[in-house]
Amino acid sequence: MAEVKRVAIKATNQLREVMAKHFMELGEAAKMKNKKIAWCSSVGPAELAHSLGFLVYYYENHAAILGSNRTASDYIPIANAHGYSPEICSYLTSDIGAYLKGETPLTKAYGIDKVPKPDVLLYSTNQCREVYDWMTFYAHEFKVPLLGVNTPRTQRQVREDTVKSVAAQLEQMVPELEEIAGRAFDIDRFREILVISRECSRLWEAVLETAAARPSPLTFFDACIHMGPAVVMRGREEANDYYRLLLEELKERVNQGIAAVEGERNRFYWEGMPIWGKLRGMSELFSRLKGCIAVSTYCSSWVFSGFDPKDPFQSMARAYCSIFIVQDDKAKEDYIAEKVEHFGIDGILYHDAKTCPSNTNNRYGMANRLSERLGIPHLIINGDLNDLRCFSEEQTVTNVEAFVEQIEESR
Amino acid sequence: MKIYAGIDVGSCTTKAVVIDQEDNMVGSHVRRSGVDYQSAASESLEIALGGRGWDGIPIVSTGYGRHSVNFATEAKTEIACHAKGGFHYVQRALMVVDIGGQDNKVIKIDNQGRRLDFKMNRKCAAGTGTFIEEIAARMAIPLDMLDGMARKAEKRVKIGSYCTVFASTEILSLIRAGVSSEELVRGVFESVVDRVMEMIPLADTVLLCGGVVEYFPVVADIFKARISGEVIVPPHPQLTGAYGAALFAHQLAG
Repeated sequence: MAEVKRVAIKATNQLREVMAKHFMELGEAAKMKNKKIAWCSSVGPAELAHSLGFLVYYYENHAAILGSNRTASDYIPIANAHGYSPEICSYLTSDIGAYLKGETPLTKAYGIDKVPKPDVLLYSTNQCREVYDWMTFYAHEFKVPLLGVNTPRTQRQVREDTVKSVAAQLEQMVPELEEIAGRAFDIDRFREILVISRECSRLWEAVLETAAARPSPLTFFDACIHMGPAVVMRGREEANDYYRLLLEELKERVNQGIAAVEGERNRFYWEGMPIWGKLRGMSELFSRLKGCIAVSTYCSSWVFSGFDPKDPFQSMARAYCSIFIVQDDKAKEDYIAEKVEHFGIDGILYHDAKTCPSNTNNRYGMANRLSERLGIPHLIINGDLNDLRCFSEEQTVTNVEAFVEQIEESR
Repeated sequence: MKIYAGIDVGSCTTKAVVIDQEDNMVGSHVRRSGVDYQSAASESLEIALGGRGWDGIPIVSTGYGRHSVNFATEAKTEIACHAKGGFHYVQRALMVVDIGGQDNKVIKIDNQGRRLDFKMNRKCAAGTGTFIEEIAARMAIPLDMLDGMARKAEKRVKIGSYCTVFASTEILSLIRAGVSSEELVRGVFESVVDRVMEMIPLADTVLLCGGVVEYFPVVADIFKARISGEVIVPPHPQLTGAYGAALFAHQLAG
């Protein structure tokens, strides 16, 4: 099979620097004990923690690194042997397995010998209930407080009583966070952080929007890598500086017609989690088939444009209750339909992640309903975010190749 | 005479088909794929050619080992080739059901022969040829006796698990409960059909292909009893993919 040509995204070098800064700061703070550290779920109350001077460590990001470098497969069985089922979230099992083995990929990448010890553990169940179960393990291990918000799920629309309830839960966290942080809460600092975070969302959304161009200057696989700062450094100016740079480069690629996939012929939507350990292989497969995954639910999930400094708690609550994952299927289908139209999509790929029901949306008939509604075909890829024991390379390649053949045959 | 070849390097067996300009099959061969797909493909083709030279013959490869056939003009997926081969026999809208060694495929085709949708079984091999082989080995029954035994069963026993290991233990329970070997074998074949029918609602016209239908025609009879539409079995069900590949090779040649 011919090797696929590809013009690299130059900003990747700066991306490495930004991500290194994030982890080195955490490593330093854990070593010197000069700054407090909050562990936070990916769409948890990070802005609140930042406003109180915490450095924020994202445990889902750590798990994604374990998936990407394929060490998850070594760690998941350890957690399984400690009573965590292979059927549950493989982010959780790989992360806890790595902890039990006393290892972290941060050692090799940044010289940090262990995960930075938290002073507090934060979560929001808007992602899933598993983040709470996951952090109860660490609350016990580190003997630190576990604070969080519980949000409703499967909503058609965000109700005002829901927003009030979540905002109240956020406000209730403040006194305990103040005590842990050793400083008073400053609402103006919180407002500033929300503005910085909202700008990060705006820039990241603009980055993703460049993929509407034909050919697209980036793919889902690129976005999975470049979303790092939007996940771990939102609320920090460094993230915004990075996205300004990346956006400029991508706009230039659009102007010059530089394609992420040389000879792009078909465009796809990716619904569900990435298969972290197979990003490169999948990227090469789609490139070989001249297919560009131009848009995804996953990478679009770190857009919180509703943050409003005038009403910080309410707007944060509303933003965190409005994310895709907490919506009902009808609302999700409307969202995907709009993206399919806007990005000119030829087919939808659903990743049925064995251990992540919250981010797997094909199990209740959505795939058939959307194909009928939009008149485009779909393919379900069986796999997992981190547990490669649930992924068949051969079956996936055959399925994807056949799907592309089918789309091309229908023209 | 101009000829065209298709080679289906499957997970268990490699099939080669040679056709003439009228798309008539003029040679074929089936052998175990083994571990050297390239050799399996070349040896199968050599025998299917029956002494004809193969220089300049358009060849399309398919199956799991399709990318290992370095002498092929082009590689196509087994979904494409089974659809092509299946439609050739029917020439109207249909569903092709292929029950292979490691996987099952159901392919929905419109009346122009275009694929509308396809499904493959999930990761587990329950309901595939490998599943039948494993159960037969577990019950110490030679494969060539299975079809006849299934036809002698007086009633059906249900094997519901879609995990091969669970199905095997389910069979052990049935043995303990005194179910006859004939009924168990019948139950195994019925469960193969169950697994296919769980994949997608079957259409009015169904064409069955693959090695399982070739060696165990009782499977086709079970399908016929279960669905109201027409069930078609082509002359050589196991060769459908290779035949489809040969049709593609003919098409490529123009």
